[in-house]
Amino acid sequence: MSIKLPIYLDNHATTPMDPRVLQAMLPFFTEKFGNAASRNHSFGWEAEEVVEDARDTLAQLIGAKSGKEIIWTSGATESDNLAIKGVAEFYRDKGDHIITCKTEHKAVLDTCKRLERQGFRVTYLDVDQRGRVDPDDIKRAIDDKTILISIMLCNNEIGTVQPIAEIGKIAKERGVIFHCDSVQGVGRVPFDVEKMGVDLASISAHKMYGPKGVGALYVRRNKPRVRLVAQMDGGGHERGMRSGTLNVPSIAGLGKAADILLKEGEQDRAHSFNLRQRLRAKLFSELDEIYLNGMDDPWRHPGNLNVSFSFVEGEAMMMAIKEVAVSSGSACTSASLEPSYVLRAMGVGEELAHSSIRFGIGRFNTEEEIDYVGARVVEQVKRLRDMSPLYEMHREGIDLKSIHWQAH
Amino acid sequence: MAYSDKVIDHYENPRNVGTLDKEDPNVGTGLVGAPACGDVMRLQLRVNPETGVIEDAKFKTFGCGSAIASSSLATEWIKGRTIDEAMALTNTDIVQELNLPPVKIHCSVLAEDAVKSAIADFRRKQGEKRAEQEK
Repeated sequence: MSIKLPIYLDNHATTPMDPRVLQAMLPFFTEKFGNAASRNHSFGWEAEEVVEDARDTLAQLIGAKSGKEIIWTSGATESDNLAIKGVAEFYRDKGDHIITCKTEHKAVLDTCKRLERQGFRVTYLDVDQRGRVDPDDIKRAIDDKTILISIMLCNNEIGTVQPIAEIGKIAKERGVIFHCDSVQGVGRVPFDVEKMGVDLASISAHKMYGPKGVGALYVRRNKPRVRLVAQMDGGGHERGMRSGTLNVPSIAGLGKAADILLKEGEQDRAHSFNLRQRLRAKLFSELDEIYLNGMDDPWRHPGNLNVSFSFVEGEAMMMAIKEVAVSSGSACTSASLEPSYVLRAMGVGEELAHSSIRFGIGRFNTEEEIDYVGARVVEQVKRLRDMSPLYEMHREGIDLKSIHWQAH
Repeated sequence: MAYSDKVIDHYENPRNVGTLDKEDPNVGTGLVGAPACGDVMRLQLRVNPETGVIEDAKFKTFGCGSAIASSSLATEWIKGRTIDEAMALTNTDIVQELNLPPVKIHCSVLAEDAVKSAIADFRRKQGEKRAEQEK
């Protein structure tokens, strides 16, 4: 069987839309175009029906008690902003302290930074060398003015799954609201807002084979009832928490994407996991001096393989396999010219951070694709090492740390 | 990022990859950059001490495609030139030839540094050799 190039292995950045999702969306662009807020005619009713069905399906997927706890947004960045700013503003009289960690997504970190400028105190917790936050650190960081903890379910770069249930328990005991950016993990790793004590959860459709530009925020209604100050003023949609006419076709798509994960999640996870293990086995059996970044299973995203290939620079590697879409923690691939802040927070040396490649495997990848990628990566790592002075020095037994490098 | 055709050509078919004997008194070695910064270049040249002509040049580079291309181009340019001519090579020559975007200019600077550092090493060795002979 011949394979089609280029190959997409960047499923943490975005996922291709499942064709079944597209089919579910199509009627809501043309014949069923009604505004879900129109209460007095059938056009509005049929739009409202699909929106409410989608709410219930998504609630079921994340273990929420009711669809009423789902607020539609434009995506996870908005959900993170609404959760964190909304809580900070509402509970300001109660306290001014927020706890998060250094490997969170920028939508969380930069939101926290803005709140700091407005007078809030934020604790950015360290992670261990596998990218995991220590629940005891959270316990220690809580003071009597702590109003919010924000920790992600699953890291987008390294696939590390955080101990959400433990953190949820601590949050409950101390009466602190717990927000979880669950974008990368929903449907891939165990997640249940009731069992894990999560009060707010951010979700994005395009990371789960749905459309771009739509997401959700789970907002707990009972024990505790979480309150937010809306960040968008207008018609008071979404129980006053997020004004704006609902994006009905996309919400229908998100509902369908959630429905597919509910029904096929298990085989979907097994498919990604098996392919990832196949790629991992190939790379680790044929190359020396390569390192897995992040946790091992079960505390790892099933489709994530983040590897540092020592003595080979990440961008050069991506160029060598340019018919394969992956991403790298190398500074050369980032706008800031800094290597990945996630890998640095884990204490991964800068050289290894520059040498990292993230393979993100998903529903539509095949065994043939993985075998092609494995062979190409092995061949190109060897080629680039043949022209790497660092690999030559390593082979000669020179300790690279003993050399006085001139940083530039 | 989109690369120019010349960068891709040098990256896919690098000229003069390899190693010269760094103990040879006629070989100068320049090692510049740092692993923590994501690029290290080692550029070596063998000079005819009578004529000052660079008879061979080799490189190995850890770095992005532009860094590899810059060092490959530098070795190609200096081969057959005198060391004085090679000293006149500047990073802007490399930027122009390879069409490097602003974020990649440091790759060309590193290649210029590598050439100068290799020549300095050769001159240092020659100085030592003369001092040896005068003893």
